Parts: sequence; C-alpha cells; structure tokens
Amino acid sequence: MKVLISLLAAIGLVSPVLADEVKVAVAANFTAPMQKIAAEFEKDTGHRAVVSTGATGAFYAQIKNGAPFEVFLSADDETPAKLEAEGAGLKGSRFTYAIGKLVLWSAKAGVVDDKGAVLKKGDFAKLALANPKTAPYGAAAIELMKKQGVFDSLQAKIVQGENISQAFQFVSTGNAELGFVALSQVWQDGALKSGSAWIVPASEYTPIRQDAILLGKGAGKPAAEALLKYLKGDKALAVIKSYGYDI
Amino acid sequence: MLQTQDWSAIWLTLKLATTVTALLLLLGTPLAWWLANTRSRLRGAASALVSMPLVLPPTVLGFYLLLLMGPNGPLGQLTQSLGLGLLPFTFGGLVLASTFYSLPFVVQPIQNAIEAIGARPREVAATLRASPWDSFWSVILPLARPGFLTAAVLGFAHTVGEFGVVLMIGGNIPGQTRVVSVQIFDHVEALEYAQAHWLSAGMVAFSFLVLLLLYSLNPDSRRRGV
Repeated sequence: MKVLISLLAAIGLVSPVLADEVKVAVAANFTAPMQKIAAEFEKDTGHRAVVSTGATGAFYAQIKNGAPFEVFLSADDETPAKLEAEGAGLKGSRFTYAIGKLVLWSAKAGVVDDKGAVLKKGDFAKLALANPKTAPYGAAAIELMKKQGVFDSLQAKIVQGENISQAFQFVSTGNAELGFVALSQVWQDGALKSGSAWIVPASEYTPIRQDAILLGKGAGKPAAEALLKYLKGDKALAVIKSYGYDI
Repeated sequence: MLQTQDWSAIWLTLKLATTVTALLLLLGTPLAWWLANTRSRLRGAASALVSMPLVLPPTVLGFYLLLLMGPNGPLGQLTQSLGLGLLPFTFGGLVLASTFYSLPFVVQPIQNAIEAIGARPREVAATLRASPWDSFWSVILPLARPGFLTAAVLGFAHTVGEFGVVLMIGGNIPGQTRVVSVQIFDHVEALEYAQAHWLSAGMVAFSFLVLLLLYSLNPDSRRRGV
C-alpha cells in the first residue's frame, strides 16, 4: 500500500498533505514575474501555484461562468472591484500587487529616443499597442498620445494586439517598428533587455494599478490565502520591482 | 443592435471571403486537376501539404506567417523589394493567409469530383476531336459541378469562420483586418455581451443557411462521393 501511494505521489496523482495547489489567473503582462514568484512560492511554502495567463476581460467572463480559478491577478483595478461587487470575489481581499509602467519600445537600437520625440516625428509605418478597449496598457498609450497631441497624426499607423503580449510580439518580430508595451516585458534586473526605449513618465497617464483578489473558489483554502500573503512579502516584492513595476 | 463598426466588420469579412474563394477556385482547380491525374512521385507529398491546414492549429500558421511576412522573413523581404511593403496588418496579408488556410476545403472537393468522373469521358471527348481545353470546359466542368459548388461554399464559409490566423497577423485595424470573429472576441472581452450576441447569433444563422444551401443544392453529394 505504501509503495502504491508513493508511486501515485511520484506521478502526481496523490499530493503529499502539505503541498496544496492553487489555481491562479494572471494578466498577460505579469507572466514573467509570476513564473519566478510561483517557483519561489513552491520552494518556500510547499504549495504549488498553477498559473494560467491571458487577457483580463476574458478571465472575467470565465470566472463569472464557473472557471476553477482561486486567485486572480488582474491587469487593472476595475475588474477585481467589479468581481467583488458582484459577489464572485471575496470582500476585503483586494489589494494592489503592482503598478504597471508604460514604455515605448523598439526591438532595434536607436529607433526610440529617451524623450519619446520619435512620436512627434512619426517616421515609421506601424505603431503597435494593446487593444485600448480591453487592455489598460492600450488605454494608457492612447491617453498619452492624446495628451502629447500626436494621436490624430498617428491613428492610421496603429496596429492592435489583443493583449500586451501580442503588442510585444508585433514589435519583437519587427512587423511594427515600435510600440507601447509593459516595462516588465523588456526590463530585467534594472536594465533594458534589448532594443531602444522611452520609459513614459508616470505623470503622463493614469496609473495602471494592478489588483489581486481572492475568488469564491479560493475562499478558506490555505494555498490560495498563502499565495496572496506571499505576494505582499519581501521576496515577491523584490521580484516585482526587478521587472520594473512600482509598488 | 449592430453599430457602424460591426457593419464594417461584416462587410470586410464578406469581402475577404469572396476574394479568397475566387482566388482559390482559380488556383485550386489546376492543382486539384494535377493531383487527380498525376502519377508523379510528388503526389503524396503535395497532397499532404495541401491537407496540412486541416491538421495544424491556426496559431501555428499565424505565427509562421508573421515571421515569414515580417521584415526579417524571406516573404517580407520579397514583398519589400517588389515595393509592396510588408503584408502583416493589411488586407492583402489576410487574403494570403486565408488562401493557405482554406486551401484543402477547395482543392479536395474538386479533386474528388474529377477523380469520380474518371478518364473515360475525356477519352470519348478526345475521339470526337475535342482539345483537352475544350473537354475541360464542356465535359469535366459540367460533370464536376457539384464538386465545384461544394468547394466554393466550403472555402467561403471556412474563411468567414477564421479567427486564429487573423488574430495573429491582423493587428485589429477597423475596415482592414478587423473581421467579424475578431469583433466578437473584442465585444466579449470588453463585456459588451449584447453586441456579442447580435453578431454571434448572426454567425450561427449564417452558417446554418450556408450548409442548408449546400445540402439542398447538392442532394446526391454522398452518392457522387464529393
């Protein structure tokens, strides 16, 4: 019997008592830091975080329709508030886990200057951003361009990704010369990974507050509560900051 | 009810599907003809290539097309040197991608129809001094009509229903690449469920009508093996 149990445990059918699982829905822009945090979370607590990444609006629809997620890390603060108001998220569990930063980025060196003057010059064919209707980073990009008075002249050059990951993909493959992406996608350990970028000053757009919430399915589950607590801890904060988020 | 943007997506989708269907009938017919008649050793490989979009996830096709048509891809470099610019995020790019994607839906019914007719009618036509060109137009085409009809309807409907490839290379530009399926996705993501319903229900009705048309115009399709 013992042999059987350890065999089943080995192939993951029976989990050891402590190692609970928590299913987390994570906004696309937070994919990379979350993978790091999940690995450390498992090491430190024994709980395993099963991460699904995607668009915030799609997650909202799925959660409302019975998706098995227990914790939700949104790309905005409106969706978690809405879930809480509608009873799908637990009252009082909401908090801001990261404040996103918008960056104008090109995969090539020397395309984007550190003042963003390239937007006024407009000597490019395509400018990528995330769908402003559904993605906070897209909305922030539109807000910035309107504030700088370049939106009307650039409108025809805009191509939209369904989320910030796709906007990044359009720029990284060179199909768009430049685009608005999340700093977390191009930033690691305090430096730009590649290409050229303008980190848009925070005063130029409404802060992108990213909120987390405990969902109904995670209520009373130790692993889910442990993850939310872990996200507020020093180790997670260090990872979050290293990807260029404020907090 | 439907907004201007929804109508623009519907119009664009119909334009895309019509262009792709016409193009596929033009290119698919000689290809189907060759596949039905050739004894070349390449036949197996060619058939496999034509059928691959049936098996591959659209995301694979979309991902590779984005790389191929991009500034660093061979196709992108070709289109740029021809002065056509880059294809991703353009209507032309969608036409090219959809042509690949819907290819088997057009080639296979035509090929099956031509194979079902066999060589005999053409041989008879030849003894009556019909040129191959003449026998194609006055013998094969009328006999294979149900196959062509199936091919056109399936090619059109499949292009209308496309989502994954467009999502990967379209860039969601109103009037250029924002087709109905993407518009529905946007409505759902933006929590505009009422509008998502209007468009989605429209798609359900459209697909039913198309298939109904296909089966009522082609009642003996099973017997003919197309």
